[in-house]
Amino acid sequence: MPALPLDEAGKYVAGAYVTLFSFVVLYLSIMASKVARIERELTDLADLSERDKAPGETPDETRDGEPVG
Amino acid sequence: MYSKGLKPVSIATVVVVAIWLAMVFFYAPLDADQGFVQKIFYVHVPLAIVALCGFVAGGIFGLLHLRSRDRSYDMKSYVAIHMSIIFGCVVLITGAIWAKAAWGHWWVWDEPVLVSFLVVFLLYCVYYPLRFSIEDPDRQARYSSVFAIAAGAFVPINFAAVRMAESFTHPRVLSQTGGSMPGEMRLTFFVGILAVTLLFVTLWKFEMTSKNASMQLKRLRRRLEATA
Repeated sequence: MPALPLDEAGKYVAGAYVTLFSFVVLYLSIMASKVARIERELTDLADLSERDKAPGETPDETRDGEPVG
Repeated sequence: MYSKGLKPVSIATVVVVAIWLAMVFFYAPLDADQGFVQKIFYVHVPLAIVALCGFVAGGIFGLLHLRSRDRSYDMKSYVAIHMSIIFGCVVLITGAIWAKAAWGHWWVWDEPVLVSFLVVFLLYCVYYPLRFSIEDPDRQARYSSVFAIAAGAFVPINFAAVRMAESFTHPRVLSQTGGSMPGEMRLTFFVGILAVTLLFVTLWKFEMTSKNASMQLKRLRRRLEATA
């Protein structure tokens, strides 16, 4: 089989490597959206746990006499 | 904690992938037969090998799950198969690009290596509907593990069958006599396998960490809602 000229072969080689790195970037962007969702859910849970505290209850940070801030 | 070791593995992956790409384009000599197009070999074949190994690893994790009933092994099996399917997509696309460049056709149906990989890929595509059609978590994990073991055993059998086939269009790079690659090409190829393996492990750990975090959040939410 004769060797292909570089200018014609280049687009195929570039296509193969770009395919791999496109998949990696796509995967990482999907994972980034999952991490963002986890962060949102964590914030929701933190809000939920704060709401569940009794109105007169002292916050955790001050209960043990630890400095706040 | 699946995130343990994720940072060093990620850094190692970036470094080895950079070295691999540099070797592919600046170190490995041009192939006398195919010329520049042969550079696709360094991405296509390592990806195929790692994807097939990932399928086998999924089967091994499935076996460990059935032996121990530890659900974490089922998750490891699922993520290994999931990553291998993603890698398999890239293998099929890069293979088609290479076939078009070298043979003038996007797909050649009488080439056993191509068709056997497609058969394995399609077999594993069944894994998702099988897994997600079962609602009971224990049954889902058990049935998925059985599938992973059976399909994982099929992968080396399939590989051996292709090796025993008479027609070889792909170069034999891992033969007992050492294949037909010069030293620079061989070294670049093995660095490619290392780079793609590290990429697989990094993404696998990343996915495991994400799934574990989601599960822990669900547990926490259930506990908080129960006490509310």
